[in-house]
Amino acid sequence: MSNAQIERQWTSRLRHRVVDKLPPERLLPDTQPAYVASWIYVFGVTTMAALGIVILTGIILALDGPQWWHSSSLGHFVNSMHLWSVEIFFFAMVVHLWGKFSMAAWRGGRSMTWVTGGVTFLASILAGFTGYVSQTNFDSQWISTQAKDGINSTGGGAFFNVLNLGQMLMWHIVLLPLAAVVLTGLHVIMVRVKGVVPPFDDNAEVSA
Amino acid sequence: MAQGWGLGALINLDHYGHYIQWHVIQISVANLIVIILMVATFVAALFAPFPGRRNRKGTK
Repeated sequence: MSNAQIERQWTSRLRHRVVDKLPPERLLPDTQPAYVASWIYVFGVTTMAALGIVILTGIILALDGPQWWHSSSLGHFVNSMHLWSVEIFFFAMVVHLWGKFSMAAWRGGRSMTWVTGGVTFLASILAGFTGYVSQTNFDSQWISTQAKDGINSTGGGAFFNVLNLGQMLMWHIVLLPLAAVVLTGLHVIMVRVKGVVPPFDDNAEVSA
Repeated sequence: MAQGWGLGALINLDHYGHYIQWHVIQISVANLIVIILMVATFVAALFAPFPGRRNRKGTK
């Protein structure tokens, strides 16, 4: 096979396109712009670190079914880790959102970075909600019986039944974590492609 | 079970939640505290000095 034929293959074309758009040194940079040395820029990675703990503790909770954490000291500990890492996840994500909103982080062609972050936030809220109704305790019963009226008033209850533990648990441990992780990955790739948004007074980049 | 140690020893959490109501707006004290902490963290993140910032000037 000649070089010209190899270059025409979809694998070559895709690889060139990806590397042109996101060369390795931009995907995993050694340095960041000077303006990133501020506490307001740490909340994105704090959110991702918390997401990692959420997933890790969620995997451990999944090992022995949907109730074992109520009757085991290890289960209590892991369940608490799962809850508190979610608290840190949302806390950091909200501060990250405020920070990025205040610096209009969609400037400079970063609209998709903003949109993927916003959709990740919505998916995470749904993941949190399905988690609360999957606790298998009186709290989850209370939340689901209250939530069903709200969801039924939208017509969504015909498909998304919050009183169905099996459905809620599947959404909580499969569909929504998958959505959150994929969207977070896309969000980070968009940050790498477009770069971290500079502050308003930085003249290095023209605002969109 | 874990009441005898940790946070349970500092704050008694074994009671109904406290709520603040202002006309149609109602919020639990716990949620209000979290929101205040988020605002405080946001303001602190804007103004608190970042370690090593002076050394990083010009890093690009």
